[in-house]
Amino acid sequence: MSAVITVESGNLAIGRRPVLRGIDFSVQSGEVVAVLGGNGSGKSTLVRGLMRLIKWSSGDIRLFDTPLARFRDWHRVGYVPQQLAATSGVPATVMEVVSSGRLSRRRLLLPMSQADRTAVRDAIATVELTDRRQDAVSQLSGGQQQRVLIARALAGEPELLVLDEPNAGVDHHNQLGLAHALAHFVEAGATIVVVLHELGPLTELIDRVVLLQDGRIAYDGPPVHHTALELVSEHTHAHHRPPSHPDHVPLEAGWQL
Amino acid sequence: MTIFSYDFMIRGLLAALFTGLAAPAVGTYLVQRRLALMGDGVGHVAVTGVGLGLLTGQSPVWTAVGVAIVGALLIELIRERGRAGGDVALALIFYGGIAGGVLVTGLAGGSAQTLQTYLFGSITAISPEDVWVVVALAVGVIFVALGLAPQLFAVCQDEEFARAMGLRVRVYNITTSVLAAVTVTVAMRTVGLLLVSALMVVPVATAQQLTRGFKTTILTAMVLGCLTSVGGVATSYYLDVAPGATIVLLALACFMAAWPVGGLVRYRRRLRQPFGEGEGGSMPHTVVPEAHDHAHGEECGHPAVPHADHVDYVHDGHRHAVHGGHYDEH
Repeated sequence: MSAVITVESGNLAIGRRPVLRGIDFSVQSGEVVAVLGGNGSGKSTLVRGLMRLIKWSSGDIRLFDTPLARFRDWHRVGYVPQQLAATSGVPATVMEVVSSGRLSRRRLLLPMSQADRTAVRDAIATVELTDRRQDAVSQLSGGQQQRVLIARALAGEPELLVLDEPNAGVDHHNQLGLAHALAHFVEAGATIVVVLHELGPLTELIDRVVLLQDGRIAYDGPPVHHTALELVSEHTHAHHRPPSHPDHVPLEAGWQL
Repeated sequence: MTIFSYDFMIRGLLAALFTGLAAPAVGTYLVQRRLALMGDGVGHVAVTGVGLGLLTGQSPVWTAVGVAIVGALLIELIRERGRAGGDVALALIFYGGIAGGVLVTGLAGGSAQTLQTYLFGSITAISPEDVWVVVALAVGVIFVALGLAPQLFAVCQDEEFARAMGLRVRVYNITTSVLAAVTVTVAMRTVGLLLVSALMVVPVATAQQLTRGFKTTILTAMVLGCLTSVGGVATSYYLDVAPGATIVLLALACFMAAWPVGGLVRYRRRLRQPFGEGEGGSMPHTVVPEAHDHAHGEECGHPAVPHADHVDYVHDGHRHAVHGGHYDEH
């Protein structure tokens, strides 16, 4: 097994406000890891940082054993954002959006090869949208649009799939469909990191859970019953060192002046 | 006398043909990025370029290209920052550009008349050299806009995903901006700087009334742009009216014609949008009371709408689903 993702003492600040603090975690090849946490816990920030969409302030972050700054093999990674970017503007078909996910493997100015076409067709078939492939994405339901995004990531034939809350606003039927599509992908030996609000229908696929709370990792281990996770998160809070000057007293930690 | 008996008309038609192809090709990307008014902004800035050309005695086409590129990059910079008030910053660039142009033209001793040929086009006054510059630039724009279409589409469609794929988003954004700037200058002689944006945006808006995909939209828009600009020049010759305005009004007429059709298409698509699944799972079983004198099916004319694992037929405001030998109310 080799490390697909390694984060060592990762810190990430957005607009100089620290969001992720002291993140240490790694994902091995073939693992399915769920990143859980409440709103504002930094779970989306974590995956967006891994996709280099936001800059890390410090830490050693590696993808496939290459420091993030020098990583170039983006075709090995498939990213599924939370939702389709605004669908108005110029219409685009399912086929066109999914094909754009193949670009990481295509050469400039050359038409799509046979392999490219096959990969796109297979990706659309995996999410069961073959009969809608010529329809505009704006005509699809929220759940179907989510499946388009997954197909777009799969079209690049990635080894690592990173999904940001794929179940948000998606009905149960489509959630099951997602679990089914991902199970296929896992069987082929791929690695998945998925940000979730709750495990839901994906529970059976998940090998490991990373629970983020307030920008720190509060739990990292096998999935346990959800309420147990809540308990862990409830009782994990890091105490600040006693301050050297009184204007830096964290009120909530209950220091007596 | 036919239109082809005059050299200046042939030059005008040639310029119109290539402008009509290039402007909507770039316009499609601008509309997709919701920057439909960018062409307008760049057009305003290019006025300063024209003024500088007149002042320095250079060809106004080249100074306009230069200044338009600077303006387009400024607009791209403002967009990238994504700060609130970006539209105010854009407005400042618009006004600065056009006021600067009027001022510099005045300094150069040019009259309002000189500037007007650039603001509203002067297709009949295009010199042979100008035509070749216009054609060469337009061919360049079309080549880049279509050749890099997969990349530009991906970046305009979902910039974050494009970045996560390792595409050099910034390079492609700058490419789009430069394309817009060059197109504006190309169209300067045909429709003029104040109307150029219309030729970039209106054919796209017309095309997307009828299309479902990006490729069909961009190609339809190019055909429409080409037809309206060549048609506009021809019409203006026979009716003796301003060519730039004729082109734009013709493009708008096409839009007015396509709009009701698009409305109808959208209405029919909405009727066939799948019904939601509902949370409950099992629905109460209500049999449709009245008898049907026909069987619902592909031929019956009632909209068939997917609903979970079956099809509902919309019949007089009710949703009828086949269940055994009868219909259920859904």
